[in-house]
Amino acid sequence: MPTLHPSTKGKPLRRQLNLQQQRVRAAYVFLLPMLIMLLLVAAWPLFRSISFSFTDATAETLFNGQSQWVGFDNYLERRLRSNGEVRWRGVLVDADWWNAVWNTIRFSVVSVSLEAFFGLLVALVLNMEFKGRGLVRAAILIPWAIPTVVSARMWGWMLNDQFGVINYMMMGVGLIDKPIAWTASSDTAMLAVLIVDVWKTTPFMALLILAGLQMIPRDMYEAAKLDGIHPVKVFFRVTLPMIKPALMVAVIFRALDALRIFDLIYLLTPQSDATVTMSVLSYREIQQFGDYGEGSAMSTLLFVIITLFVLLYIKLGRVNLTGATR
Amino acid sequence: MFQIVKNMNLRGTAAVAALSLTASIAHADEITYVSGATGAAVENFAALVAPWEEATGHTVTLVPMPSSTTDQFGQYRLWLAAGNSDVDIYQTDVIWAPQLADHFVDLRDAAGDLVERHFPSIIESQTVDGSLVALPIYTDAPALYYRSDLLEKHGATVPTTWEELTVTAQMIQDAERAEGQSDLWGFVWQGNSYEGLTCNALEWVKSSGGGQIIEADGAISINNPNAVAALELVAQWPGTISPEGVLAYQEEEARGVWQTGNAVFMRNWPYAYGLGNGDDSAVKGLFGVATLPTGQGHDMSAATLGGWNVAVSKYSDNQEAAISLAVYLASEEAQKQLALNESNLPTIVSLYEDADIAEQQPIIPQWKDVFLQAVPRPSAPTRQDYNEVSTLFFSAVHSVLSGDEDAATALAELEVDLEDLLED
Repeated sequence: MPTLHPSTKGKPLRRQLNLQQQRVRAAYVFLLPMLIMLLLVAAWPLFRSISFSFTDATAETLFNGQSQWVGFDNYLERRLRSNGEVRWRGVLVDADWWNAVWNTIRFSVVSVSLEAFFGLLVALVLNMEFKGRGLVRAAILIPWAIPTVVSARMWGWMLNDQFGVINYMMMGVGLIDKPIAWTASSDTAMLAVLIVDVWKTTPFMALLILAGLQMIPRDMYEAAKLDGIHPVKVFFRVTLPMIKPALMVAVIFRALDALRIFDLIYLLTPQSDATVTMSVLSYREIQQFGDYGEGSAMSTLLFVIITLFVLLYIKLGRVNLTGATR
Repeated sequence: MFQIVKNMNLRGTAAVAALSLTASIAHADEITYVSGATGAAVENFAALVAPWEEATGHTVTLVPMPSSTTDQFGQYRLWLAAGNSDVDIYQTDVIWAPQLADHFVDLRDAAGDLVERHFPSIIESQTVDGSLVALPIYTDAPALYYRSDLLEKHGATVPTTWEELTVTAQMIQDAERAEGQSDLWGFVWQGNSYEGLTCNALEWVKSSGGGQIIEADGAISINNPNAVAALELVAQWPGTISPEGVLAYQEEEARGVWQTGNAVFMRNWPYAYGLGNGDDSAVKGLFGVATLPTGQGHDMSAATLGGWNVAVSKYSDNQEAAISLAVYLASEEAQKQLALNESNLPTIVSLYEDADIAEQQPIIPQWKDVFLQAVPRPSAPTRQDYNEVSTLFFSAVHSVLSGDEDAATALAELEVDLEDLLED
């Protein structure tokens, strides 16, 4: 080696480049399994779903490859009826679909706001020093730990108009004079779903916010205390800005979850127009009607809508962030 | 010693192999049977198939599925379309035959002369393009359950028209509530938006002379004055003679109200009869059943034809054993057990004359009248589109019942939607 050294002057540089390239290559090798996994479990199903939305696939033709390419017909199709009348068909002109979109957005905005509010309250309480805090922290997670199927069934019976304990209690204290059919009546169905969802996911929100709260250095509070600042002002000027990143992440997690809600609504208020969401409608189209084309079109639109929402949220969040630092 | 055992093992394996080649009966198969779970059917299943297991040496595993037929159907269709070989026998709803026919084995030859002992109309409903795709194990037709004690107490008779039922139910409900029975309701039925509402609504419409949604020749008949009038009458029930929650009730919720003694009338299937006379029932011995009422001056009652069948999957690896089980389940022996244990209606004509059944389940011979007025749902003329047709129908009816739309508008819209769907 040393004898070769003088005659190969440029080599150390090339070697360094090689090393750099090798490291990049090594990084890719390490990333590869994960990339393959992502391709298999995320990109491929997404691609399949989107490509189904441009075909007339049904439960019968799904596996034998006899489905035909139909372009955008599942989204929007101009059809001439036998009596000469022109009808527009497809998901984009389907009143049920827009009703579901509206339901989903309404549900997401209300439930996530309520959960953020209650989650913050719970997190603030849990952040204080008190006896048995560990136990309370564990106990508060129980609603989150119960599978949705179980909690939906449980609440279904609790909200039942004839045997439900909620009606019984409310009648007992004289809040109502006759039982309310919570899940059946279209006026209260959405309320019932919101109650159960808030009950179930507030702990999750609280946990994420609590993590943010614990990052705040104690000395900031001590400084505020020394300066004699009112606790409410401390909350809005110190606590809230400091936990904002954690809160933003928590809200985005929940919003993603809420926009694709299926299980709770399908179990608690099946097929009710007042609560049907995009996912429920897409499930119905695919699983019950066997119309994979139109159902996939719905899934694709759901994907687009969620993406738009998240982009919008991130953008709005940033605007606020710069506004706060100015 | 070891050598001998090994030799014997080898010989044993060879023997089994030879046996399974020549006579597959001796080979013990494990049959997988999927079925929805309602009432006590799951608990009684082991006893039901025990004689067959003993006779053939095969074993059966029951895989219980959700009780909603819509959910079952979606799952089964997917399994069948994918050629799933894990499931050997499907318990199928009476309306599924036209939609799933391609995936099932023709059972006509295997069943032999058993076929002729069943009601011809039921066999007809399971025959698609000449092949018998499923064998009936029991039939179902709903009836009007009434509390004989309450009717007697208030001097009322069993109503024969929907209008009469509305008046009687209101009268008894008011009188009983005045006496302190504050939880009592006049009439409970199935108003949730699901297949069951299609059954209920088909009965109201058909028994009021409003046709059967889509006629056998494929003509869409639902938008007519009698159907509108029938739905207008029913729309008054929630909140008056029926709890408002009835719009979320399926069979079991209605039975819950009825069996705790809180309803004067109930529309339900025969399974509720046996359970209503159970020891834990508050209405044991206090009720009777009658054919469903008629409406709008029409004189023919209507009961939606329900019922369950067994079908053998084309993709099953144990077809021979599965076919043998299907034939057993459709036989007199198995149907009699189902009738005795679960008050399921037999599909074999002669069982309606059976002495044991008449003694232990006296209702079954009476039910023959209900069954003779059974109307099929329009699954034959609509085929692959039946589920969507049914969903459009029950959604329209549900929106009328919950007061979101008036009956005339809803049915006019439904007609256009159906034309659109079926024009494809």
